[in-house]
Amino acid sequence: MTVKGKVFKYGDNVDTDVIIPARYLNASSPEHLKQHCMEDLDATFKDRVCDGDIIVAGNNFGCGSSREHAPLAIKASGIKLVIAKSFARIFYRNSLNTGLYITENAAIADETRDGDILEADLTQGIIKNLTLGTSYVIPRQSEFVQKLIENGGLVALSEKGLL
Amino acid sequence: MAMTATQKIIAAHCKKQSVSPGEVVMVNVDKAMGNDITAPVAVRTVAAKGDKVDNPDNVIFVLDHFVPNKDIKSAEQCKCIREFAQRQGISHVYDVGQMGIEHALLPEKGLVRPSEIILGADSHTCTYGALGAFSTGVGSTDLAVAIMSGKGWLRVPEAIKINLTGKPGKYVSGKDLILTLIGITGVDGANYKSLEFFGDGIDALSMDDRFTVANMAIECGAKNAFFPVDGKAEEYLHSAGVADFTVTVPDADAEYVRTIDIDLSKLQPTVAFPHLPSNVHTFDEGFDIPIDQVVIGSCTNGRLGDLAVAAEILKGKKAADGVRVIIIPATQKIYLDALKLGYLETFINAGCAVSTPTCGPCLGGHMGILADGERAVTTTNRNFVGRMGHPGSEVYLASPAVAAASAITGRLTDPRTI
Repeated sequence: MTVKGKVFKYGDNVDTDVIIPARYLNASSPEHLKQHCMEDLDATFKDRVCDGDIIVAGNNFGCGSSREHAPLAIKASGIKLVIAKSFARIFYRNSLNTGLYITENAAIADETRDGDILEADLTQGIIKNLTLGTSYVIPRQSEFVQKLIENGGLVALSEKGLL
Repeated sequence: MAMTATQKIIAAHCKKQSVSPGEVVMVNVDKAMGNDITAPVAVRTVAAKGDKVDNPDNVIFVLDHFVPNKDIKSAEQCKCIREFAQRQGISHVYDVGQMGIEHALLPEKGLVRPSEIILGADSHTCTYGALGAFSTGVGSTDLAVAIMSGKGWLRVPEAIKINLTGKPGKYVSGKDLILTLIGITGVDGANYKSLEFFGDGIDALSMDDRFTVANMAIECGAKNAFFPVDGKAEEYLHSAGVADFTVTVPDADAEYVRTIDIDLSKLQPTVAFPHLPSNVHTFDEGFDIPIDQVVIGSCTNGRLGDLAVAAEILKGKKAADGVRVIIIPATQKIYLDALKLGYLETFINAGCAVSTPTCGPCLGGHMGILADGERAVTTTNRNFVGRMGHPGSEVYLASPAVAAASAITGRLTDPRTI
């Protein structure tokens, strides 16, 4: 899988309340959620984001509530990859369970700037910053996580009797 | 291999002699719980995949967040849960009239047993560790799969040992303990890990205090909290109708990645300033912060002990002019007990609004949303940007004692000075 897009850069502790404020959790369709994604942190995100774009953030991305609406809103916005120094644990499992590709990488989080263009070959585990001319190798995920990603999430895994 | 209490419970639920930190295991789930925000997403997945439920008796739905329904969309969400539950013969559905805030309600109803694994599609599911269970927050897809298969995946966590000694002073509670702890670890200091509590300081904590502490374990990133089951916990379980249960004790030589010692006698009333639960301050710093609203309630601090402290402070007093005080008993039983004990009369005479149970304002849902620039002292669990309303509003997290004292003065106030 290859992803190429521009970077939306954020800091530490981006919480699920700013990813998708609770006042919009009275519905869960992708069309509804993407209208309000990142609204309380970056009001222009929804107008600027394009299909294939990438979020890069600091520590503890997705902290706070268990709302799966957070990765769903990010996915619905067209974001194909989130790279952070670290993820909060419920956001981490929700992303993998629902097929949003996420990966931890401190060097990318430190060096990437807002608006840079990244190209990621997720099969080979190589991410290039085309703006800066840098390249990064991302380690292979654990066996279980790899199985989750390859099968398209937890429901598919369960249906195939692989749990 | 020596195991922590959490690791032992996980091993017992995947039929292994032992498990190691970092390992991913499939466990049998004893209870799977969802609310009116997270369950509709799960229910639609289950419906699309054959509409089969593994064991209806292990599924619990609590309609508590936007309930009594605040708008048409919320009403539709609840309707979809009710219809699914009826179709599947799920009897543990707690709706208006029986409903309470999930993490106060499940223990009270006897739905939490020590050593069980409970997965809840709500981040504060970690509350049940106060009764020696393994419980953790998951998402809607995890809930859907647990409903369909009775299973869930867990990465076996490392653990942090929290060693408690001493007794807390007047108007120092479980809330002050957990805020202090989050101040020490930071909001991700326990990410993926268990918090296991030890020490004779536990004796000095009421069950309500322990629920508060376990509830906010997620605010330092923890996967779960674990308190040993002692006489107080057994008494609570018996009163909730839980008769026979297995108690899990960690191995004496279990490995903990970090030990944090806290002397409860040294704790002070503690407040988390905007916009992180780890941004903790104590009154000796000498701040003067006027407020617009007070909320006493939530899955963190809406229990009878919390209302008792608030009533003690508010008795015969009035809320300050211009301060809106909203008090939300967490369950119908707590509401009724507070009524019988005269707390509700105290609150109403003090000029407070008393609400039916709901998560309501805690997550900026309804029943007390803040306008731009407004400031609230609340006994809830999060103070992120926009958590209780306008992104320009501010939330200060504190104990019921601090919240009640602040209601009287209209400023963030140390309850020991009232």
